[in-house]
Amino acid sequence: MSTEILMPALSPTMTEGNLSKWLIKKGDTVKAGDLIAEIETDKATMEVEAVDEGVVLDLLFKEGEANIPVNKVIAIIGDPNEKVELKKEAPIEKVIEEKKIEKNIETKIENKKDDVIDTPSPKIEEDRNLSAEEITMRQALRDTMAEEMRKDNKVFILGEEVAEYQGAYKVTQGLLQEFGKERVLDTPISEHGFTGLAVGAAFKGLRPILEFMTFNFSMQAIDQIINSAAKTLYMSGGQINCPIVFRGPNGAAAQVAAQHSQDFSSWYSQVPGLKVIAPSTPYNAKGLLRSAISDPNPVIFLENEILYGLKGPVNNDINFSIPIGKANIEKEGKDLTIVTYSIMLHKSKEAALRLKEEYNLDAEIIDLQTLRPLDTETILNSVKKTNRLITVEESWPFGSVGSEIANIVQRDAFDYLDSPVIKVNSADVPMPYSLSLEKLYLPQVDDILNAAKKVSYIK
Amino acid sequence: MKKLSNNDYIKMYTYMLKIRRFEERAAQLYGMGHIGGFCHLYIGQEAVVVGVLMTIDKNDSVVTTYRDHGHMIARGLDPKRIMAELTGREDGYSAGKGGSMHMFSKENNFYGGHGIVGAQVPIGTGIAFTHKYNGEKNICRTYIGDGAMNNGQVFEAFNLAALWKLPVLYIIENNKYGMGTSVDRAAAGLDLYKRGEAFGIPGEKVDGMNIFSVIEAADKAGKYVREGNGPYIIEVQTYRYRGHSMSDPAKYRTKKELDTYKETDPIEIVKAEILKKKIAKNDEIEKINKDTLEEIKNAAEFATNSSFPKDSELYTDVYL
Repeated sequence: MSTEILMPALSPTMTEGNLSKWLIKKGDTVKAGDLIAEIETDKATMEVEAVDEGVVLDLLFKEGEANIPVNKVIAIIGDPNEKVELKKEAPIEKVIEEKKIEKNIETKIENKKDDVIDTPSPKIEEDRNLSAEEITMRQALRDTMAEEMRKDNKVFILGEEVAEYQGAYKVTQGLLQEFGKERVLDTPISEHGFTGLAVGAAFKGLRPILEFMTFNFSMQAIDQIINSAAKTLYMSGGQINCPIVFRGPNGAAAQVAAQHSQDFSSWYSQVPGLKVIAPSTPYNAKGLLRSAISDPNPVIFLENEILYGLKGPVNNDINFSIPIGKANIEKEGKDLTIVTYSIMLHKSKEAALRLKEEYNLDAEIIDLQTLRPLDTETILNSVKKTNRLITVEESWPFGSVGSEIANIVQRDAFDYLDSPVIKVNSADVPMPYSLSLEKLYLPQVDDILNAAKKVSYIK
Repeated sequence: MKKLSNNDYIKMYTYMLKIRRFEERAAQLYGMGHIGGFCHLYIGQEAVVVGVLMTIDKNDSVVTTYRDHGHMIARGLDPKRIMAELTGREDGYSAGKGGSMHMFSKENNFYGGHGIVGAQVPIGTGIAFTHKYNGEKNICRTYIGDGAMNNGQVFEAFNLAALWKLPVLYIIENNKYGMGTSVDRAAAGLDLYKRGEAFGIPGEKVDGMNIFSVIEAADKAGKYVREGNGPYIIEVQTYRYRGHSMSDPAKYRTKKELDTYKETDPIEIVKAEILKKKIAKNDEIEKINKDTLEEIKNAAEFATNSSFPKDSELYTDVYL
């Protein structure tokens, strides 16, 4: 009997891993619990233990090999006296295959570099400084922080696991080594306290970047964000500003359930005194984060965990920035407008492709980039052209960003509308754990398609 | 003990009196409808903030609660502009947008005036963080009411301050009541100064009705913090003569309790000391009394004659 050892999924969002190091060699006898390999995931490098016992018959990947899919056979153990037929291409278990299909958008974002969905928008392609190399969203964010920290000694970063651990999602990787522990600070799990501390530091003239491990934990600190950071400039008659960036992943990851999957975009967008940004690509993440760090006001910077692995070209000019408050027309179109942001941009683009192929509808896609201040001009101009609007976002439906857009559009472009505005949101329930229910909860390409058909009066 | 000059005695007396007269006048203006909303008076607690003032460096930072009028006066801020903020006028320190509880003066390193119980504690800790980050020798004095000492973020801030050895002096003003709830009905363990012990933060209890005790403790604690030893807590036992805010009839305590504290009035203690030490004569004291009354009267007049903010100010100062 031989046993196949598969590339394990070591984090909720991991789809592939790098084999950093073998801790066993062919012919070794392994017992359950022995360390067999070091695997680099999307978050960290981790040691893997054997679950079964036997002699190592074969290692199917060399040390240093990258992008090995989860559930690929990486080694075989068993009885050396028994003849083993080694399969060239090891099968991926059917269940897992199904799981992957269900998560198809996320997987596509992670893996499909040459998919048309992930090509940069025309505007980005016009950028003369566009890098030949594609980098991930997490690299783009890290590079921008490092660049700004080199420019200005007042910029520092604090949060849980940002320093020695190198970031819970590896977004702050290498910053401790370059800038030292005075400027890259691990905090205790104490959001209310360290958020207040960072706000005080910003009042006094420093420029903190505060990482929430996820924005779910910002609820612990929300009084300091709203009552202190957002309101003090006003309450002090313009004397005391708060130049701080609150950043971290927002919204659903993968099966982390109700308390770890909330989208806060409309919560924070409701608050005067805050600016709210939600990047969708490495390109705009870079330009927008630079603007956020340079801004003299508190900025909520809502990242998306699933997008951290998304690769794309960037502008490497250390002064390149994208202005806050300006939406990007991701794709021009004439038949209807889709207003979206963050991860839903990618689902919207896929829906737009199908709308063209299946219904010959030419959708215009607006990626908001900034949620507050909202670029109402770009939205209204588009609606005046296409006469139809759907909004697509991950947040709960009640009082969402889309609700506000629907209000603005009916107020300022009523006569241009050929159909009611339709919002696509997640389900109005707490996020379920189960994979099947999670998929139902989140807006899917079909939901966008159906909304687009409805505003176009297509049955 | 810090050596006090004759001028220091006069300064103490003048500041404490100024706070007292200011608060009495504020109560009057509140009654006349010139001041609205919440208004928390400092009468009875003057020795705390003025005592600490005697040990302060002008580049040190201060952050406090919503009971902040006295802290601003002690910081040397102009009573006219403080009162104008109370009346919601454009000459107020926050241009009429903050009110009694939310006043700031960045140029004087006064960082508020915070309306949320406990919120100023992490903020003051962050200001101290900045002093350290910038390599400055200054400290942040962070005032805390006894009510906030049961608030979670206070302990989170204590932990961070001790962990990172931040130059912050926590001054607990224990005036015996968090709104209408007495300390013994709110706090399990009445020695609030010991609540930093678990974090290794030294603390001591001080008689806040006697300014000389406050000066001695604040001086010692200030030096400890300034020398880079990390945070320090002093719990100052004090008493507010008035209710929690203007609308509080203070039915939860007896007149006898109030009268007992009034017998050890902090201003009278200083006055007696001045006379005893022959630093000033009775008529000189009388002149200070008269001048102070006049100054505060003028402040009230200024504050009621200053213009209301222009309508266009509604939309300014939301973003820089």
